[in-house]
Amino acid sequence: MSDFTSWWSEETGAQELNGDIRSPASGPSRRALLKAGVAAAAVAPFLMRVDDAIAQGITPKRGGTLTSLLTPEPPVLMIGVNAQGPTLTVVSKIFQPLFTYSPTLDFVPVLAKSWTISDDKKVYTFRLQENVKFHDGQPMTADDVIFSAMKFWMTLSLRARIVFARIEKAEATDPYTVVITLKESYAPFMYGFGGTGFTIVPKHLYDVADLRNNPNNAKPVGTGPFKLVEWQRGSFIRLRRNEDYWKPNQPYLDEIVYRIVPDSQSRAVALQSGQVQLAGGNDIEPFDLPRFQAQSNLSVTLKGWEYYGPLAWIDINKRVKPLDDVRVRRAMSMALDRNFILQKLWFNSGKVATGPMCETTKFYDATVKLPPFDIAAANKLLDEAGHKADGSGIRFTIRHMPLPYGEVWTRLSEYFRASMQKIGINVTMDTTDAGGHTARMAKWDYETSINYIYQVGDANIGLEQYFTSENIRNVAFNNVGGYSNPRVDELLAKSRYATDPAERQKLLSEFQRIAVDDMPYLFLIQMSFPTYTTKRLNNVITTAMGISGDFDDVFLA
Amino acid sequence: MKSFVRRFPRMAIGSAIILAVIAMAATAPIFFPFSPWDMRGSPFEPPGSPDFLLGSDALGRDIAAGIAHGAWVSLMIGGISTMASLGIGVSLGALAGYVGGRVDDAVMRFAEFFQTIPSFLLAILLVAIFRPSIFSIIAAIALVSWPPVARVVRAEFLSLRKREFVQAAEVLGVSHMRVVWQTLLPNALPPVIVLGSLMVANAVLTESALSFLGLGDANWMSWGFLVGSGRSVIRIGWWISVLPGVAIFITVLGLNLLGEGLQTWLNPRLSKRDMP
Repeated sequence: MSDFTSWWSEETGAQELNGDIRSPASGPSRRALLKAGVAAAAVAPFLMRVDDAIAQGITPKRGGTLTSLLTPEPPVLMIGVNAQGPTLTVVSKIFQPLFTYSPTLDFVPVLAKSWTISDDKKVYTFRLQENVKFHDGQPMTADDVIFSAMKFWMTLSLRARIVFARIEKAEATDPYTVVITLKESYAPFMYGFGGTGFTIVPKHLYDVADLRNNPNNAKPVGTGPFKLVEWQRGSFIRLRRNEDYWKPNQPYLDEIVYRIVPDSQSRAVALQSGQVQLAGGNDIEPFDLPRFQAQSNLSVTLKGWEYYGPLAWIDINKRVKPLDDVRVRRAMSMALDRNFILQKLWFNSGKVATGPMCETTKFYDATVKLPPFDIAAANKLLDEAGHKADGSGIRFTIRHMPLPYGEVWTRLSEYFRASMQKIGINVTMDTTDAGGHTARMAKWDYETSINYIYQVGDANIGLEQYFTSENIRNVAFNNVGGYSNPRVDELLAKSRYATDPAERQKLLSEFQRIAVDDMPYLFLIQMSFPTYTTKRLNNVITTAMGISGDFDDVFLA
Repeated sequence: MKSFVRRFPRMAIGSAIILAVIAMAATAPIFFPFSPWDMRGSPFEPPGSPDFLLGSDALGRDIAAGIAHGAWVSLMIGGISTMASLGIGVSLGALAGYVGGRVDDAVMRFAEFFQTIPSFLLAILLVAIFRPSIFSIIAAIALVSWPPVARVVRAEFLSLRKREFVQAAEVLGVSHMRVVWQTLLPNALPPVIVLGSLMVANAVLTESALSFLGLGDANWMSWGFLVGSGRSVIRIGWWISVLPGVAIFITVLGLNLLGEGLQTWLNPRLSKRDMP
């Protein structure tokens, strides 16, 4: 969410850290890999997804062109160089990670055949697939993995740097074994080392000084099931089947074509008429969801956002009186009907928030609940806090800066204002453009605003910077509201290094309870961007990466 | 009265419409004694439902209240911005026409500078730069719409200056200010009044277009905002966009009729031809 065109981004938050890496040496630590992840590695269920399809009586079929949409057009088609949603959707077919994430955020092997983790959670040993070739015919080896981690991603991605800076050394013990040794155990390591956050690039093409302007960026060479063959700017992107793909007989599709259609109604027509067989992300406006749900030849799913996990909230500058009073913030939260927001503004694409985390994020605690929607109780709370209404029923006035990312966000701000009116809080709107929004958040020049943040699987990667006092800084997509609770700092720091999942659960459960009690943000909804597919298209959403999966098992029946 | 209506039917219809809109704006707080932003019921109620005469929008806000309260915003923005641009246009036009020479050249080049940029794009730019607010919208509309006024006033001044009665005043030693104020301006005014009423219509449209694009003042309900906010849900609730659109249409039509009527009324030759 770092600029107007990015509706989801690997770099959300991290990109705005301005090169600042949280001290990698902040305390000794150990790291636990979830048991489920180890189990997945042991069985290595590559073809599980295809097997599932066969079990349902659908035999994967070779051939056919999948036409999809892409909104907006990416500036460049190179992983790492650009981390915005539309870029990831395309390059995830070209570049592959060591492993990806299942819908429950367990680990699914891709280029790593299996892995082991030492008991002190400091040494990760990855066994690589041995028959993997890059699109130019060169074999992929441990050297490429080490180069990708320590040079390519460390240079290009701030988020990766936060995670990879914990690596003490990365060695190849043989051409197909990579041993990563961490300086200390780091609990969220596996959530920063897979998916679209860490893919393997060829060392022989990228071992250059200027990675951003490498001429090979125009012709990406990866290990993925599809190769980029044509990009007519402003018109379409064409990917063709990689004939030497390392999984036998895969991929099933001959081609994937992404059409770039700037007008939203034209995109809707293309989907409705069957000209495109797949639409997702930003392609279709939320208000078109109900009619496409009713269309019999389409299937619509909200799955595939488990890893990114966008959660919308109202950001509050806690330096401003009376918003510094937790009773005021609780009253504001109680005056918001989240079901209304979800049903009437987002047409049910998502779930109401229950706290700071999405249900799909690891260590989500379902027992944590927000105070219920109750206008009368909210009014009572404000009375108790000493904010009496004047003659015209106004207790106090606050400013609100809407999120300038499109219509639904404007409606949300209007809903917020009308809801606050009901408890005697007058809200004046303070509109600005996307650049101005980011700049003013960074300068702490706001009273209330709206934001949505990506959780990327683990609270210590996606959420931490919004809650810890060390992240109170003049950088957008951080703790700009000035929330400070020493206990939260302590819990998140401990959770960062805790090796025992049960212990992490305890720490993060307490964090979630405090976050709801302190209400530094008014948590609203867990968002999900619907994915629309024609019914002939199979296996589109099989991982937590959704439409940013590699599509090697997608087929047209 | 009857003969006035017969002689100037357009002006009569136009004034009737505008008076009705003014009455609606004035009585909005009586008939809808609540904020048009209030969510007063269930969303997407069609027109004619018990709670909502003209239906409700995506958040359950009353469209009728929005139109009534919005009338005031539209008229206010139209009125004030037109006054402001008349102020700028008349002063600069008078200056250019009266002083002439290099001053005339400078003022006209300045006016052309504004005229060469599409006025709506310039308005968007100005509002976007100065953050959307009721003041920046009024200022932007005023700033982009004064050049035609300046040109008309200048042309009138140029032709009036050569007339005997003006020359007589000058010969008599009347000060420049008095010549402009008492001799020239009253005679130059009729076309400006006509232009003014058309400019109000234009300002109402510009404000609606800005609000439609999301560049309206988010604290004021306006017609353009209603049309824009309903656009995305037009398949679910056509009335959210259509009814405020009809309000804009009728108001602008009324202002145009009024303008044309004023023109025939103030121009004797035309008004004779208009007689039955």
